[in-house]
Amino acid sequence: MSDLSDLYQEVILDHNRNPRNAGKLPGATCQLEGYNPLCGDRLTLYLRMDGDVVADLRFEGQGCAISIASASLMTEAVKGLRLADVEALFAGVHKLLTGRAEAAPNLGKVAVLSGVREYPARIKCATLAWHTLRAATQGEQLPVTTE
Amino acid sequence: MSGIGNHLPQQRPGSGLSDTDVLRIRQDFPILQQQINAHPLVYLDNAATSQKPQVVIDTLSRYFAHYNANVHRGIHALSERATQAYEAARDKVRKFLHAHQPEEIVFVRGTTEAINLVAQSYARPRLTDGDEILITAMEHHSNIVPWQILCQQTGAVLRVAPINRAGELIPEAFEALLNRRTRLVALGHISNALGTINPVKTLIDIAHRQQVPVLLDGAQAVPHLPVDVQALDCDFYAFSGHKLYAPTGIGVLYGKKALLDAMPPYQGGGEMIRRVSFSGTEYNSVPHKFEAGTPDIGGVIALGAAIDYISDIGIARIADYEQTLLAHAMACAAGVTDLQLVGTARHKAGIFSFNLAGVHAHDVGTILDQQGVAIRAGHHCAMPVMEFFGVAATARASFAFYNTHDEVDRLFAAIDQVREVMH
Repeated sequence: MSDLSDLYQEVILDHNRNPRNAGKLPGATCQLEGYNPLCGDRLTLYLRMDGDVVADLRFEGQGCAISIASASLMTEAVKGLRLADVEALFAGVHKLLTGRAEAAPNLGKVAVLSGVREYPARIKCATLAWHTLRAATQGEQLPVTTE
Repeated sequence: MSGIGNHLPQQRPGSGLSDTDVLRIRQDFPILQQQINAHPLVYLDNAATSQKPQVVIDTLSRYFAHYNANVHRGIHALSERATQAYEAARDKVRKFLHAHQPEEIVFVRGTTEAINLVAQSYARPRLTDGDEILITAMEHHSNIVPWQILCQQTGAVLRVAPINRAGELIPEAFEALLNRRTRLVALGHISNALGTINPVKTLIDIAHRQQVPVLLDGAQAVPHLPVDVQALDCDFYAFSGHKLYAPTGIGVLYGKKALLDAMPPYQGGGEMIRRVSFSGTEYNSVPHKFEAGTPDIGGVIALGAAIDYISDIGIARIADYEQTLLAHAMACAAGVTDLQLVGTARHKAGIFSFNLAGVHAHDVGTILDQQGVAIRAGHHCAMPVMEFFGVAATARASFAFYNTHDEVDRLFAAIDQVREVMH
């Protein structure tokens, strides 16, 4: 089962079992829903912006281990970042998950998601939270879907 | 013709097919002879689409290699051969469904198109504001959305007959929803998400007592149990070829001749006309009235080959055998405390929908696939069913007659690995 342990790394299982920054965020300045209609994964992202800094963020939702762990890892990675750095991180994650680059140093722990590359059907599970975050920071109001 | 004829060995009592029969049958399906992720393929996604026996593949290939031509048009030899094979397939379908006459068999793209045809051609001209269509809470999206569109077009109201926690319809509640405004009942014969075999004869009788016609969505039923549309007395019956071991893109609408005769065409074009002028057009008779344009000729002929293949084995034997696979799976699941079955009807086809505690169905699907076990994970195009049971998705193993009891054991061994990986 070596392949599977690349996908379901201990960090991912841990974040799935105990998601960080889960729940509603009091004082959120924006919230946005993300939805993967193909598999039904659904999450709501809450952001509190302080100027161009993501001062705090939380999420709630339901989905597979990959989508929950990805959202949880994302909240840890993004908290306190300026929008320009969020954008750079998004680009790095996108390249990593679509197999166009190895993990850049700025990805940190998020790099554990790289195993998803070998499972094309699951890439959307990992990208859902990130697309939702990006749309939220760009002022999008309508729910984001991965289709 | 490959393998299966009248030379099958003695069957195991009550099982329909012996293990030896099934091992021989598997040789007829080239796709099953492969490894997936370094394990022998265990294909348990038959409710999504079924695999094709060599004889179906050969029939399709022979048509394109030797007598590809348009039907009902040419006077040349190839067109005559193609037309003859096409109409012969129509009669094979008629016989398989026990319909009265071949004119009652309309070729369409699939179950979805058949239901849309009935919604738009039968129901739409008859409906006015406040009329009702009755469906059930266990329908596939393809037996929900065409009726919602119809209701938007006409001002009609969609009523939904409830189900119980086992995933069974409640005949009294169904009957209570019928009233003088009900114009049509549209009902799944077997639920794709739950496996429930509905008591369709009883429900049709109830509806007919109030002069309400009934359409059956037979997509999951036709491949897995004998269907007799005259004994059922259903008014319309829809199914797809690709779930019946035939190619994708071909399906069937059965309709009682008197109903089809009275319906306007669904699409305009060639084939469906008798005479066209700019002052008016005279339509062709049924079934051609509903077969505008060049049909999927190869698909129709291959569907005929699939029906021959299934009939040689015997659909009743297939049904009996598949029940033993389901019983085996249910026995394996009994007493497994972290496995929640979704769909526990008393009368159930070989569809095994489940969730593992604390593990999302998509993770189950990926981990099973890594062990060569192909199942479906998701909402199964039945989101209202998922909502009713309070789940986002289920994992679904669905059986066909080429599956073995060993493969059911492989499924459960693979499920054990899910626990290993996820905990």
